[in-house]
Amino acid sequence: MAVLKVHGSPISTAVMRVVAALYEKGLEFEFVTIDMKAGQHKSEAFLALNPFGQVPAFEDGDLKLFESRAITQYIAHEYASNGTQLICPDSKKMAIMSVWIEVEAHQYDPHAGKLGYELFYKPMFGQTTDPAAVEDLEAKLGKVLDVYEARLTQSKYLGGDCFGLADLHHLPTLHYLLGSSAKKLFDSRPHVSAWVADITARPAWAKVIAMQKS
Amino acid sequence: MATPVKVYGPPMSTAVSRVLACLLEKDVNFQLIPVDMSKGEHKKPDYLKIQPFGQVPSFQDESISLFESRAICRYVSEKYANQGNKRLYGTNPLEKASIEQWLEAEGQSFNPPSSALVFQLAFAPRMKLKQDLGVIKQSEEKLAKVLDVYEQRLGESRFLAGDEFTLADLSHLPNTQYLVSVTEKGEMFTKRKNVGRWWSEISGRDSWKKVVDLQKAPPPKSA
Repeated sequence: MAVLKVHGSPISTAVMRVVAALYEKGLEFEFVTIDMKAGQHKSEAFLALNPFGQVPAFEDGDLKLFESRAITQYIAHEYASNGTQLICPDSKKMAIMSVWIEVEAHQYDPHAGKLGYELFYKPMFGQTTDPAAVEDLEAKLGKVLDVYEARLTQSKYLGGDCFGLADLHHLPTLHYLLGSSAKKLFDSRPHVSAWVADITARPAWAKVIAMQKS
Repeated sequence: MATPVKVYGPPMSTAVSRVLACLLEKDVNFQLIPVDMSKGEHKKPDYLKIQPFGQVPSFQDESISLFESRAICRYVSEKYANQGNKRLYGTNPLEKASIEQWLEAEGQSFNPPSSALVFQLAFAPRMKLKQDLGVIKQSEEKLAKVLDVYEQRLGESRFLAGDEFTLADLSHLPNTQYLVSVTEKGEMFTKRKNVGRWWSEISGRDSWKKVVDLQKAPPPKSA
């Protein structure tokens, strides 16, 4: 089997998304650290892997890919018989999961990502959190989580009966928000809270966090 | 003949038109069901049952109910793989991986700034809403950077994912159509040589011309 490589920073949510998929599949991979403080993600060498100058970039032998959600889809399909099943073989069930994969990308992530930036990344880089922005983002994310609450009364996981990409894609931003004042948004909604507890307890996710710390 | 699939929402909605373009590429018969957004129909309980975020489009065929335009497009492309444009979603895993990559680039990098510009420049005036000059400037700067990447890519490759027109290109049609035809930001596309060439090709497709005609048709009277 060709060597799988992930290029990126271990604290980037998009990078964590890809690493989570690889650990769920039990696949071996090489992690190539990109020094973003030094601007390495804008170097010519990296731009050849991702012309947008963003992490992650991914390699499977000669295949090069960028965009974390395209990479996880590729991993889930190409290595369907390895480890955890992250997609549904049944086309109707996959269509439903596909809906909630889009929901994470277009409804949840825009607010969760910005909220994580305000509450987590800004303090880490010595910048000041904007309380008005936080209030606005929490209200918007709250409305999305109301829809999740209703969905999760009818479905064990967001994408369907089984854990899959639709759930996994949430883990990185969730991880940062749970360590912040925004945790209340998840705790206050019982089905969302149970779902969060379930997916964050997965052993593969623990490996992603451990990798960050090492 | 198969029962027409149902698409809920006005064709002038960028997300609705994305789905219509896909259905036309795949030769799938559809019925367009009006949703009167000016009367808030998309926020009423009956509609929220099929689209809990209160947005258009939503989609139904004989076996399934879906929302999110790109998920609908993927479903339609898979289900009708053997009819219409058979290369729309790739014919092997490598093609598919490249299409998914550029579809995500559209959704994550192209869509946010181009959507914001479409709203500010094409819709806000119609809705008599005040334009936000700061958002316009920021969005234009972001979109310019994305189009620089596209300019380079489209110098290496005829379409975004490779040599064939795919869902990745199709997904760009709705926002670009508004920017080029209704705003003065069209130059952002037409002044870039490769992007301009690409835009001409993809917007010249019969399927897209039909969507544009549907957008120009007078809105049906609500039942």
